[in-house]
Amino acid sequence: MQDLKLLANDKRGKTELGSRRDLVGWHEVTQGSILPSFDGDAIGIALKKAEERVYSNFNSYTATVASWRVQKPVFNIDVCIDCQNCWVWCPDSSILSRDKQMMGIDYDHCKGCQVCSEVCPTNPKSLLMFNEYVQLEDALASWPEKKKKEK
Amino acid sequence: MAVKYDLNEREVWDGNFAASQSLRQAKVDVVAAYPITPSTPIVENYGSYVANGYVDGEFVMVESEHAAMSACVGASASGGRVSTATSSQGFALMVEVLYQASGMRLPIVLNVVNRALASPLNVRGDHSDMYLGRDSGWIQVDAFNAQEAYDLALCAFKIGENHTVRLPVMVHQDGFITSHTAQNVYPLSDEVAYDFVGDFKPVDDMLDFSRPITYGAQTEEDWHFEHKARQHKALFDSREVIDAVFAEFEKISGRAYKRVESYDMEDAEVAIVALGTTVETARVAASELRSEDGIKAGVVAIRNFRPFPFDKVREALANVKSIAVLDRSSPGGAMGAFFNEVSAAIYSTPNRPLVTNYIYGLGGRDFSIEEAKRIFKEQKENADAGHIMTDIQQFSGLRGPSLGFFKTKRG
Repeated sequence: MQDLKLLANDKRGKTELGSRRDLVGWHEVTQGSILPSFDGDAIGIALKKAEERVYSNFNSYTATVASWRVQKPVFNIDVCIDCQNCWVWCPDSSILSRDKQMMGIDYDHCKGCQVCSEVCPTNPKSLLMFNEYVQLEDALASWPEKKKKEK
Repeated sequence: MAVKYDLNEREVWDGNFAASQSLRQAKVDVVAAYPITPSTPIVENYGSYVANGYVDGEFVMVESEHAAMSACVGASASGGRVSTATSSQGFALMVEVLYQASGMRLPIVLNVVNRALASPLNVRGDHSDMYLGRDSGWIQVDAFNAQEAYDLALCAFKIGENHTVRLPVMVHQDGFITSHTAQNVYPLSDEVAYDFVGDFKPVDDMLDFSRPITYGAQTEEDWHFEHKARQHKALFDSREVIDAVFAEFEKISGRAYKRVESYDMEDAEVAIVALGTTVETARVAASELRSEDGIKAGVVAIRNFRPFPFDKVREALANVKSIAVLDRSSPGGAMGAFFNEVSAAIYSTPNRPLVTNYIYGLGGRDFSIEEAKRIFKEQKENADAGHIMTDIQQFSGLRGPSLGFFKTKRG
């Protein structure tokens, strides 16, 4: 099972959409709803890890934006071969990977599109879709066996 | 460094050529275009200036007007001075992106050569495309002849790019009547014109890598309203900047522009309110009627269609008895939009003049001096009777039985 405390020290997904009550009035919104991604000078920021970057409050990095997900991918570390296929294909940068080691899913940004599961090449798959309410332990306990080759 | 383009003090240019020269003199960085009649020569000429080295810019050919305005949005957000031109169906296809451009506060200048919208297909001038843009959040200025198309395009860059405004600007001219009629035009020298427009000073440009930004963010019910309110206020507040830019332009050119132009209105009893080339026709009619029939006729022209000069319209029409508001666009089951706006403005004046609506000139149907005189005379009859004698909305210059709607007995 993926380490659920993986992001404990990170600002990722800290804010629920619509939860802020300190919204500014029309006279203080940015011109043209143009939003900066980072606070401060961003030169060289591509070389920093996400948790080291100073994301602006306007960046969805700090927000939970996955509330409409109905199915979630579950990651099985015992089957994964760290091929990084899911990391490449994920449209929401929600595959957490460090040093080419697959770590898990960012459930604050994953929309449940199932692309990661589709592109996973292992047998059985290391990423499978489960209903949102299924606990990770239960999902892993019901993981399918390796499919035998047919003659 | 661009090659010098030789200009005479007086040139014989049509409205399209005049507009293209202002793009060259403003040193526009990017023109992305999908040419359409009657505005084609504006972007075609800019393309030839690029090809011949008369301007250091980029001409981007795209696959549709939707793509043209989209490329303009991208180029403007990147931090360049951007312009294009379109008409009619092309304008209609641009509409979605027009709202994007104004919402992102990108000071693009769009030269719109007004042309009727199909169907039936028609290439001639009426104002249905101009009306289609009226809620798009753009500043809209209207040129009545080639000289004004040139002058106002230069002013448009300076207005839109002002950092308190930061809004896109449309410069309208009438298809064929202005765009293809060669007239005397007195251009500014390249130096004077560029000094007036000034260098483009980008805000939030996407090529600033030290500050990555998001353009076109999604805002739901928690933010959208505030952003639209701020944009609307910027549009209304641009009135002061427009006045200031017109005043500065008068200093360098001797040509004065106002957001609402009034002709023979000092003592006028009856007035025509109009847009575009019709203004010049109505002015001739008013002046002839004054000498021929002693009718105190005047003309009020809206130079600045958006932001709508609600206050200036009230002032201009405060002392008139009867007004004809001329709409050159098929109203589609309503009173003319222009009529509605002018009526709304003068409804809150103490005098509350009589107002009638004429739908005219659709698809480029000629609007003659004689017809303008007839309309003035109808206003005179209304003024003398103290109430509207005709239908409130009438069609002018239409073949067949007279067509009109709604009567009133208001005294």
